[in-house]
Amino acid sequence: MPKPALIYRTRLPIRLWHWTNACALFVMLMSGMMIFNAHPRLYWGAFGANPDHAWLEIGNHGTSGYLTVAGITIPTTGVLGYAMGTDEAFPPLVTIPTHYGLAIAREWHFAFAWVLAAGWLIFALYAIVSRHLWRDLLLTYEEMKPAHLWQDIKDHARLRLPRGEAARHYNPLQKLAYLGVLGLGIPAMILSGLAMSPAMDAAWPWLLTLFDGRQSARSVHFICAAGLALFIVVHLAMVILAGPFNELRSMITGWYRMPPERPGAEDAA
Amino acid sequence: MSAIVTRRNLLIGSGSLLLAGCDRITAAPQVRNVLSLGETATRSAQRLLVADRQALAPEFTRADLSPVFRVNGSTRPLADDYTRHTLNGFADWRLVVDGLVAQPMTLSLPALRAAPSRTQITRHDCVEGWSAIGEWTGVPLGLLLRHAGLSTRARYIVFHCADTLSGKPYYESIDLVDAFHPQTILAHTMNRTPLSIGHGAPLRLRVERQLGYKQAKYVMRVQAVDSLNGLYGGKGGYWEDNHDYQWYAGI
Repeated sequence: MPKPALIYRTRLPIRLWHWTNACALFVMLMSGMMIFNAHPRLYWGAFGANPDHAWLEIGNHGTSGYLTVAGITIPTTGVLGYAMGTDEAFPPLVTIPTHYGLAIAREWHFAFAWVLAAGWLIFALYAIVSRHLWRDLLLTYEEMKPAHLWQDIKDHARLRLPRGEAARHYNPLQKLAYLGVLGLGIPAMILSGLAMSPAMDAAWPWLLTLFDGRQSARSVHFICAAGLALFIVVHLAMVILAGPFNELRSMITGWYRMPPERPGAEDAA
Repeated sequence: MSAIVTRRNLLIGSGSLLLAGCDRITAAPQVRNVLSLGETATRSAQRLLVADRQALAPEFTRADLSPVFRVNGSTRPLADDYTRHTLNGFADWRLVVDGLVAQPMTLSLPALRAAPSRTQITRHDCVEGWSAIGEWTGVPLGLLLRHAGLSTRARYIVFHCADTLSGKPYYESIDLVDAFHPQTILAHTMNRTPLSIGHGAPLRLRVERQLGYKQAKYVMRVQAVDSLNGLYGGKGGYWEDNHDYQWYAGI
């Protein structure tokens, strides 16, 4: 059997943005969790403080941590609310800085916000100008058919990842995940972040209209951050399932080894 | 005592070493110098975006008021002078306006209440993340400064307060862009009643395009200066001097 072909799959601008964005996202998530620790309650509407109703709260009773969402309380000792001997909402392992420090967390958050936003803007322009968006990311007419999407969902559920020629391109669910991060997740983070700035609310009052108030924007910011964190978990799991060496090589050097067809794949086709 | 290193202890030990290493990076002065470039970029961008320098913070209606406005920071200054003022209803209390002004002034509370005023229903945003909406009535700061004949050398307005935190006097400062902004007022009235002690009686600053720690309570003296270097820790405010908060709190 001939050795499977190496193909040049990931161009330099994509690789550069991927790693810059990965760094920025990790710093934003970790410093963001420390900022959340300063007031671990979320509200809907324009205002919200301790006397008002919170739809989400992370807290503790003594050394017992809890998470309350929409009235349902879940014990989370050791993970949230009380963990690693500290009574912070998010534990030291995942925050920047490790122990309570709102000023330093804000410095990191607002410095890397520029990296995230500038990186996103440049990459979004590149994706349009280079036609990366149409060539690799947007679903084809064929892929948008429900039967096709359903097949892709079943394949993913059985961890049956594309091989052979089918692995040359992103599969539909993969495209949707990347489009979600690029087109929804990061823009929503940037806009809801700006909506929390009192100076930006004066300059661009439409930000508050968009999110229906500052505390709603803060809630949206948190939900989208959780979405991005979930994306990272699934993304890393898929990298491991698809072959971490090959996947990492393609994201570092651009060269990707086509996985060979499964034996008997001809019949399935 | 046996000196067995259990796997669990090894993991915990190396974990805390790793975290200590992380903190050495996150809090290193060199790193924070680089990060401060982000702060400079943010301040510059926000000052450019509100370039007409008059863009107003959003204002709300009475239907939007927070049912309970959280009291935060100092809740009652402990100084004897302040206690005496509270006992006689601030009858002898005077606001001092001085520094780089042609005509230093002292103003009584009735004089401030009789002065032209602005009423605004605005959102108070704490650096921690919470918000509360209140109605504020007070004297536009720009009016007082013009009245006192602000010198062309003045660059900052400093607010000296009656309260202390951890034994250090509270103070804050803003630049002239915010000092002359129409919504920047010295409020004597909140939600149509005289300012309570918890919210900064008899007078507090409202500078509506910045975060809560800039909204100095218990203001005793307004001083015009050309530099913040000589005052207290030199960074322009209690939180800036003692807890590394940014002087510009527009985000």
